[in-house]
Amino acid sequence: MTTIETQATAGTVPSGKRFFTLAGRYGTVAAFLALILFNVLFTPNFLSLQTLNVNLTQVATIVIVAAGMTLVIATGGIDLSVGSLMAIGGALAPMIFTGALFPVSSMPVAVALAFILPVIATALLGLFNGLLVTRFAIQPIIATLVLFIAGRGIAQVMTNGNLQVFRNEGFQFIALGRIAGIPAQVILMIVIAAIAWAAVRHTVFGRQVIAVGGNEKAARLTGIPVHRVKLLVYMISGALAGVAGLIVVARNSASDANLVGLGMELDAIAAVAVGGTLLTGGRANIMGTLIGALVIQLVRYTLLANGVPDAAALIVKAALILLAVFIQQRAGKP
Amino acid sequence: MNAFRNTFALKSSGDMARLGVILALAGLILFGALRYENFLSQYNILSFLRYNSMFALIALGMAFVIMTGGIDLSVGGTAAMASVVAALLSPYHWAAGLFGGIAAGLAVGALNGFTVTVMRIQPFIATLATMLAAYGTALLLAGNQSVSVSYDSGFTAIGQDDFLGFPIPAWIALLVYFAGWLVLERLPVGRHVLAIGDGEATAALMGLKVRRTLAAVYTGSGALAGLAGVILASQFGAGQPTEGVGWELFAIASVVVGGTLLTGGSGSVGATLAGALLLAMVFNILNFENGLGWISLSAYWQSVIRGGFLLVVVVLQARLMSRGASEGRV
Repeated sequence: MTTIETQATAGTVPSGKRFFTLAGRYGTVAAFLALILFNVLFTPNFLSLQTLNVNLTQVATIVIVAAGMTLVIATGGIDLSVGSLMAIGGALAPMIFTGALFPVSSMPVAVALAFILPVIATALLGLFNGLLVTRFAIQPIIATLVLFIAGRGIAQVMTNGNLQVFRNEGFQFIALGRIAGIPAQVILMIVIAAIAWAAVRHTVFGRQVIAVGGNEKAARLTGIPVHRVKLLVYMISGALAGVAGLIVVARNSASDANLVGLGMELDAIAAVAVGGTLLTGGRANIMGTLIGALVIQLVRYTLLANGVPDAAALIVKAALILLAVFIQQRAGKP
Repeated sequence: MNAFRNTFALKSSGDMARLGVILALAGLILFGALRYENFLSQYNILSFLRYNSMFALIALGMAFVIMTGGIDLSVGGTAAMASVVAALLSPYHWAAGLFGGIAAGLAVGALNGFTVTVMRIQPFIATLATMLAAYGTALLLAGNQSVSVSYDSGFTAIGQDDFLGFPIPAWIALLVYFAGWLVLERLPVGRHVLAIGDGEATAALMGLKVRRTLAAVYTGSGALAGLAGVILASQFGAGQPTEGVGWELFAIASVVVGGTLLTGGSGSVGATLAGALLLAMVFNILNFENGLGWISLSAYWQSVIRGGFLLVVVVLQARLMSRGASEGRV
C-alpha cells in the first residue's frame, strides 16, 4: 500500500517520513515547550525563581559533560568513562587545597591549583581513551569501558573510599557563588555550551569533527588529521568531565568517590540523543544537547513534583531515550 | 580465496587467545595452590563455585550477544529485577520463584530483541535504556528496599544447597554451559549467530533469519540474567533491587578475556567459562593475599585491577586482530 502511494506521489515526501523528519527537527523543542506548559498549568509554584534555579543548577553538570559527549559522538565514538572521570576530578581537588597531596603555602595558589590540576588530570585520562581508540583501534565503547571500571576504583583508592568534607569559599564559588544573581555553575554551563557551539559552527576543528564522524576514510583522504581530531575530542570530553566533577563536590561541600558522577554517562548520552545528534556520528547539535538535557531534567522534575516515585521516573527516562533515538534514526535516513 | 585465508588467519589468532586464557587460568590455580595453604581446600573451591556461578551464567549470554556483534548492557539491571520478582514469588512455591525470575529476565531480553531488531536502535543504547527501566521496575516492585525470600518453600535451596556434593548453582551453570556449547558448535543456530556477527547484510542475503536469531540471542541473554538473579536472591536470602551494578562489565570482561572478538563473528563457549573463572580467580587470590598480611589491598583495588585486566586483554586482542588482518592481506 504505502509503496504504491509513494510511487504515485513521486517527488513529494511520503507522509510517514515527513512526520519523522518534523519530529526529529522540532520534537525536542516541542516536548520542551509542552513540558513547561504542563508544569505552568498543573505544578504548584512552578513559575518561581527558585524552581528555575533548582532546575538550572541540576542541569548544569549534565550540559557540561554532554557538550563534550556531543563532540565525541559526532566523531562516531562514545565516552562511557565521564562519570568515573568526574569522581577522579572531584577526589583530587579537595586533596589539593586541604594539603593532603602536597604542602600548600598560600591558599589562593592552592585553590587555583585545585581548579587546574584535576582538569589536567582528567584531560590526560581522556587522552588515554583517545589513544586506545586511535593507536590501538579499539572500539570506543570498550576503550572507554576500561576507565569506566577502573576510574572510579582509582578515585576510591586515592581517598580510601572515605568522604572528604571541606569548607572553602574560594573553591566553592564555582558551585555556590553567584554573578549578578545567577549561579556561577549556570554561567559556566552557558559559556561552555556557547564555546562548543561556536567551535562546531565556525572553526576548522568543528568541521573536521563532523567530517571524521561522517566518513572517516574520506576525511583521511582529504588530509584531515583523523587521529589528532579524535584525540582532541576525547581530551575535551575528559576535561569537561573534570570540570563537572569539581562543581559537584563544591556544591556538596564534600567529595564522595563512590557517588560523584554515578550514572552521568547515561544522562549525557541521553541528552545528546534527545537533542538530535545522531548516535552514529557525523552530526553535532550543541543547542539540541542543551535542550535535550533540559527536557530530561524537566521530565524528572515534573514527575517528582507531581508525586511520581523516582523509580518510575527511571522507566520514563528509558522510554524517552528509546523514542528519541528511534525518531532521530527514522528522520536521519535518506 | 583471499576471504578464506582472511578468516583462517583471524581464527588462528582467536585460537591463540583462547589457549592463552586457559594457560593463564592454569597458571593462576598453580600459583594459588603453591602459595596459599587453604587455596585448594574443599571449602574454598565449593564457595568459589557457588558464588561465581551467577556471573558465569551472565557471561554466557553476553558471549552470544557479542558474537552477533552486539552488546547487552542491561544484564545487571535485569538480574536485580529478576531477584526481586523471584523473592516476591518465593512464598508460593520454590518453582514459582525460579520460573518467575527467569520469566522476568526473559521479558527484558525480549524487549531488547524488539528494540534492536524492529526499532533498529543500536544495541548499546537500547540495552542501556532497558537497564534503566529494569532498575526502575525493580525498585517499584520492591518498594525501594530489599525483599526477603521465603525460607519455607525450599527456594533458598537453589542457591545454597549441594547436590552430590557439588553446589546447585554450579550444576546449573554447568548444564547451561553444556547447552550453550551444543547450540554454538552443534546446531545450525550457532553458525547463524557467527554469520550475523561477520556481517548482517551478508547473512540476510544468505537467507538467514537475521532478526529472529538476534531476537532469540537477546532474549536468551535476558533469561540467563534472570536465572542469575534467581540464584542471587536464593543465595543471599533477599531480592535486591540495587544489586548488579557493574555486572555487565564483569561479563563483557569475561567474554573478552575468553578470546571472543568484540567485533563479532567469532567466539567460544568454553573459553568464556575460562575467562569468567579467571577474573573471579584474580579476586579469590587477592583475598588470600590480603589474608597473608604482606599487602593490604582494599576492596576498591578490585575495580582498578578489573579495568587493568580488561585493558591488557583488549590491547592484546587489537594487536592479534591487526596482525591477523595483515597476514590475510599478504
